[in-house]
Amino acid sequence: MTKKILVCCGTGCLANGSQALVDQFYLETKKLDVNIIPQIKETGCNGFCENGPMVTIVPAHITYYKVQPKDVSDILESLDKEPVTRLLYKDDSGKPVTSKEENPFYALQHKIVLRNTGVIDPSCFNDYLEAGGYVGLTKALAMEPIKIIEEVEKSGLRGRGGGGFSTGLKWRSCHEITGEFKYMLCNGDEGDPGAFMDRSIMEGDPHSVLEGLIIGAYAIGSHYGFLYIRDEYGLALKHMQKAIDDAKANGYLGNNILGSGFNFSCEIVRGGGAFVCGESSALMASIEGRVGEPRVKYIRSVEKGLFDSPTVLSNVESLANIPYIMTNGAENFASIGTKGSKGTKVFSLVGNVNRTGLIEVPMGITLRQLIFQIGGGIPNGKKFKAAQTGGPSGGCIPEELLDLEIDFDSLKEKGSIMGSGGIIVMDENTCMVELARYYMKFLTEESCGKCTPCREGLRAMLDILTRICEGKGELSDLDLLEELAYVTSEASLCELGKTAPNPVLSSLKYFRDEYLAHIVDKRCPAGVCPKLIKYEIIPDKCKFCGLCVKVCPVEAITGKPKTPYIINQNKCIRCGNCKSTCAFEAIYVE
Amino acid sequence: MNDKKRSIEEILITFPSAKRFSLAILQEVQKEYKYISPDNLKAISNYLAIPISDIFSMATYYKSLSLEKKGEFIIKVCDGTACHIRGSLSVLDEVKRALNINEGETTPDGLFSLEIVNCVGACAMAPVVICNQDYFGNVKLGKAKEIINSCVKAVD
Ligand SMILES: Cc1cc2nc3c(=O)[nH]c(=O)nc-3n(C[C@H](O)[C@H](O)[C@H](O)COP(=O)(O)O)c2cc1C
Ligand code: SF4
Ligand code: FES
Ligand code: FES
Repeated sequence: MTKKILVCCGTGCLANGSQALVDQFYLETKKLDVNIIPQIKETGCNGFCENGPMVTIVPAHITYYKVQPKDVSDILESLDKEPVTRLLYKDDSGKPVTSKEENPFYALQHKIVLRNTGVIDPSCFNDYLEAGGYVGLTKALAMEPIKIIEEVEKSGLRGRGGGGFSTGLKWRSCHEITGEFKYMLCNGDEGDPGAFMDRSIMEGDPHSVLEGLIIGAYAIGSHYGFLYIRDEYGLALKHMQKAIDDAKANGYLGNNILGSGFNFSCEIVRGGGAFVCGESSALMASIEGRVGEPRVKYIRSVEKGLFDSPTVLSNVESLANIPYIMTNGAENFASIGTKGSKGTKVFSLVGNVNRTGLIEVPMGITLRQLIFQIGGGIPNGKKFKAAQTGGPSGGCIPEELLDLEIDFDSLKEKGSIMGSGGIIVMDENTCMVELARYYMKFLTEESCGKCTPCREGLRAMLDILTRICEGKGELSDLDLLEELAYVTSEASLCELGKTAPNPVLSSLKYFRDEYLAHIVDKRCPAGVCPKLIKYEIIPDKCKFCGLCVKVCPVEAITGKPKTPYIINQNKCIRCGNCKSTCAFEAIYVE
Repeated sequence: MNDKKRSIEEILITFPSAKRFSLAILQEVQKEYKYISPDNLKAISNYLAIPISDIFSMATYYKSLSLEKKGEFIIKVCDGTACHIRGSLSVLDEVKRALNINEGETTPDGLFSLEIVNCVGACAMAPVVICNQDYFGNVKLGKAKEIINSCVKAVD
């Protein structure tokens, strides 16, 4: 069997220089004997971007991390010998591990959606076929559409775009409506700040999304579809377009797909960069060439959606599950996960955690497993404080709930939501009040402004939170916040406004004492809010090296030779440069 | 990089004259000219036969479109949540000082624009700064100048 060298060329690894690495592999393999030249493949994201560029050798299943062009010759030389130890990942005990499965970051993962991501070349049609691609579609096209819907219902798949509504049920309601034109849409807008699941799926395995879309179209009776993808996602756009072109050329899109008599075509629409355009009616308005504002909910898109025709919108990750379900059967899928949430979920595990990246785990895993086993705990020996799930529409989960088995229902019960799968880990140096202010600012900017409660309510909440962060808050502000939260969530038109108060409410619930510290003591316990902190030099620890003086942008630090330096509080802009530069930990925040 | 820019007519002709292409056309014009000029607003409205006010509201609504000319280099500091809690605001402050402009502004020489963006999908490498198409991950304090210089050099 020819050896393959898989070079990760997802956005993260490209940023870390994997293109130069690929070039170097081509250059150096040219010199090898033709009979042993390994095949070089550029794959999608392996999820562990922080340690990229990643290189995997198959069939030996050796994975290397942080590989540089200068390492290429060593890797090639080692192909039939022992692996290059210095490029292996070291597990928590410091032992080098060769395969991904032994790497604690991957050990608990279960890949369905990401089954091909990082393994195949996403721009190569044959790679997808060889990996079992389009088997699901072939099977589906031989079935009655209603049988497909029953299968998807039986699998228990719930929409991964945030709402968690049953995908099968949604397809069924559209299937039951008669209409000449129906549309099948894919939501690749991914606006949640701090999440990149859909990006990696589209980049790394675009055909699986496309196959899901075609199966969905056949099930509901649609002959035309759109994929709405963020304009910033350059590589995802490129790979999706290539997938569409290749599928067309090979008879998987267009007229009479695989001789079944079924016709379906689709095109990509690039998003305009507005968070609210991820909402279903706003997204449809945007495809129609209008301003992306949501509309009232009582008009259902399955009846009257895009161009007033019956329409189904499914999220990228939801669709990527479909080929797996059709190929392996609903029972197989439903055997994974919890009672109410089947299958796996892709999460982006980011923030203050040792191992950050994209992971896919069975529903029902605990936050503790996610953060401490996969994530390897909190860096620099700091304490875990909370994890935010569901982004700006979700809430925070505090330490006492670390053993919560996460699925759609358990998170909702605790005042957060699953959302699209962002998990942001926060340590003791994250200020929960400032985080609430951050989300409120994001939502205020992203509110489309169509309805008053959201437009004005969010602004009013932002003003209060800003005041509190600046030490100008009053105790009565907390009641006012709760009141505004109530009105906004009751009276807003779309889910953006309705869920906007969640981050505030959940942090008030679990971290009320932090709000009180800001309001009563005028103190930011986490040392974040600039108006409430100051940087000071501990005289005993200062070694007069003068590094802080060099990095201070405003010349606030002064000192004479051989005496501890001093920070002029009137000049200091609290940028933190000095603290992050000091090698002796002589600077502290108060 | 000073290739001749395509004329507005050359851009328009690549799209069918239907309302649903208005966003795509605006994005294309933005990419080519770095902004949507009043004349181009008019040209698009004529081509699609829809009121200029509709085109104008699109151009002001969508974040990726701008009515003012952007710099040759667009520096985007990510302030998505992952970047935020890893100190993106300090990075932003530093870039502001290095360029001597605020977010949303362009340097007087027309070389740099500074923008804040919400997550560019590279959260594992937070904090992230993007200059045109180049991503810089794990940006440490004190690195802003270096990043800016390296973008300029890459093009020279
Ligand atoms: C403000 C807002 C933003 C949203 N953004 C996204 C998004 O970026 N991607 C997505 O798939 N769904 C998003 N949704 C959810 C969609 O409205 C819709 O429920 C989903 O795409 C349906 O697909 P699913 O059933 O497969 O989850 C958003 C909803 C709201 C209210
Ligand atoms: S809730 Fe907010 S985003 Fe949704 S329609 Fe109203 S103003 Fe627009
Ligand atoms: S891009 Fe290579 S691991 Fe994510
Ligand atoms: S939050 Fe900055 S890249 Fe995602």
